[in-house]
Amino acid sequence: MSTKVVERKPLTAYERTYLPSFLGGLSVTWKHFKKTAPFLGNKPITMEYPEQKWVVPEGYRGAPYLVKDQDGATKCVSCQLCEFVCPPKAIRITPPGQDGKPADRSNAEKMPKEFEINMLRCIFCGLCQEVCPEEAIFLQKDYSLTGTSREEMIYDKEKLLKLGGTHAGIQKWKHKLEEASEQEVFPLTTT
Amino acid sequence: MDALKYLDPTVQFLLFSVLKIAVVFGVTMTFVAYAVLVERKVSAWIQDRVGPNRTAPPMVEFIPVLGPFLTRLGVFQPMADGLKFLLKEDFTPSYVRTVYFWLAPAIAVIPAFMTLAVIPFGSTLGNPDNKMVIADLNVGILYTFGIVSLGVYGIVLAGYAANSKYPFLGGIRSSAQMISYEIAMGMSVVSIFMLVGDLNLSKVVEYQAHGGWLVLKQPVAFVIFLVAAFAETNRLPFDLPESESELVGGYHTEYSSMKFALFFLGEYANMIASSAMMVTLFFGGWSLPFLGEPADGLLGGILHIGIFVAKMAAFMVLFIWVRWMFPRFRYDQLMDLGWRRFIPLALANILVTALVVAFTNR
Repeated sequence: MSTKVVERKPLTAYERTYLPSFLGGLSVTWKHFKKTAPFLGNKPITMEYPEQKWVVPEGYRGAPYLVKDQDGATKCVSCQLCEFVCPPKAIRITPPGQDGKPADRSNAEKMPKEFEINMLRCIFCGLCQEVCPEEAIFLQKDYSLTGTSREEMIYDKEKLLKLGGTHAGIQKWKHKLEEASEQEVFPLTTT
Repeated sequence: MDALKYLDPTVQFLLFSVLKIAVVFGVTMTFVAYAVLVERKVSAWIQDRVGPNRTAPPMVEFIPVLGPFLTRLGVFQPMADGLKFLLKEDFTPSYVRTVYFWLAPAIAVIPAFMTLAVIPFGSTLGNPDNKMVIADLNVGILYTFGIVSLGVYGIVLAGYAANSKYPFLGGIRSSAQMISYEIAMGMSVVSIFMLVGDLNLSKVVEYQAHGGWLVLKQPVAFVIFLVAAFAETNRLPFDLPESESELVGGYHTEYSSMKFALFFLGEYANMIASSAMMVTLFFGGWSLPFLGEPADGLLGGILHIGIFVAKMAAFMVLFIWVRWMFPRFRYDQLMDLGWRRFIPLALANILVTALVVAFTNR
C-alpha cells in the first residue's frame, strides 16, 4: 500500500497564542514593504507599462499591415490569396474591377480598391504574409491595438498602408528586372 | 467672537455643537476616503505592486513637479471612486425584501458615525468651556457599546434582505461573530473603569494625562480590545461575514452603487471609530506624557487635536497592515478564540484588577 499517513503534530502552547504567525506575518510583509515603498528610496522595479513598452524580438507576429515598395507605391496586386487563406476571415479585399484605377506601379496590373482587415477577428497567424506572392503584407510589431468601437477596429487600406510603411528591404520586382536584363545577354557568349 | 458672547448660552451651545458635528463629520468622511487610498497603497507595497497612480483631473499634469507627483501618489483616486459610486446603476434584484434591502445600508453607517459623538478628540479650543467633544456624556462607554452593537444589524439585515444564500451566510456569521466578541470587548473595558472610576471618556483621558497611559497598566485588556475591534469592524483576519473567497462578497453581494458604498463607508468609519476608541481608552487620547494639561490657547488646542489624529492614523495603518499578516480565521476557530480564551481572560483580568485596586486601597 502506498498510503502515507502524514503526522499532524498538535500545536505547542506558544504556537496557540498566534504569536509566531503574527511575527512571521509582520516580518514577511515588512520585507516586501521595505523593498517596494517609494518613500523609502525605492525605484520602481516593474516596467511602467504604458510609458515603457516591451521591445519585441525579431520575427514577432504582431498586427498585419500592408507595405509600400521602395518608390512608395502599393505592393498589393489584389490577388486575394490572403483573403482566401485567412482562417478567421478577417481580410476583405474589394478588387478594382474592369475599369478601376490602374496600379500605381508600372510592373503590376492592378491594386485593390479597398483592403480591410478586421483586427478583432485577426488571430495573428501569419498565413497572409506566408501566402502573399508580392510580399505586400507583413506581420509587424504592434501588439496592443485599441479602439472604442467595432467599426474603428476594421482597418482600411489607407490606414494599413500608413501603419505598414515602406519595406525597401525586399525588392522582388527590381531583382526580377535585373534577372530579365541579364538574360538579354546570351550567357554562352561569355564562356 | 465678541458678538457671540451676547448670545443666549443655549444658542451658543447649539451653535458650537452644530459646528463641531459638521467639522467632525467632514473630517471623518475625508479620512474615510483617504483611508481607502492608504489601504490600497500600503497593500500594493506589501504585495510588490504600485497601487493607484494614474487618476488625475484634467490640467493637473501641467503643474510642474507637484502635479505628476500627486498623481503618482494617487491623491485624486478617492474623488474618482466617489464619483464612480454615485454614477453607477443602483440595481435592486427582483427577489430581495425591498424594505430591509433599503434599510440595511443606512443601519450599517449610522452607528459608526454616532460612536464618534462621545470621543474627546482634543482638550479645549480657545476658551476652557469649549470642550472638543460633541457630547460629553457621563455614560460615554455604555453609549458606545450600545450604539456599536447596533452596527451588526445592518449586516444581518443585509444578509436577510438579499434573499440569497451567500449574503444570508454572511449575515449569520456576522451575528455569531458579534456575540462572541462583544462580551469580551465589554469585559476588557471594565477593568479600565475600575482604575479610572468614571465612565466619562473625557475623564479617562484626564486620568491618563496625569497617571500614564492605560496600555501600560492594562496590557491584557488592550490586547483583548484590539482583537475584538478587528472582529467588530469585520477586518481581516475576522472578515467572515464578507469573505470574498468563499461567500462571493458576503452580506453585500447583492448591493451596488451608493448602497454598496454605504457599507464600505460604514466599515471604514467603524475602523476610525475603533481606532479613536483605542486611542482614548489606552493611549492617552489627545495627551502626550509631557503635554498633559488641557490647552489654554488656540494653538495648543489645535496641537492636541493633531496629536489625537496622528495616534488614530497610526492605528488605521495597523488595521491595514494586519490585513496581510494573517489568513482568515475559520468559523470554529473564531468562536473558540472568543468564548474559550478571551472571555475567561477578560474575567481573570477583572478579578486581578479588582484585587489590586482593593489592596492598594486607591
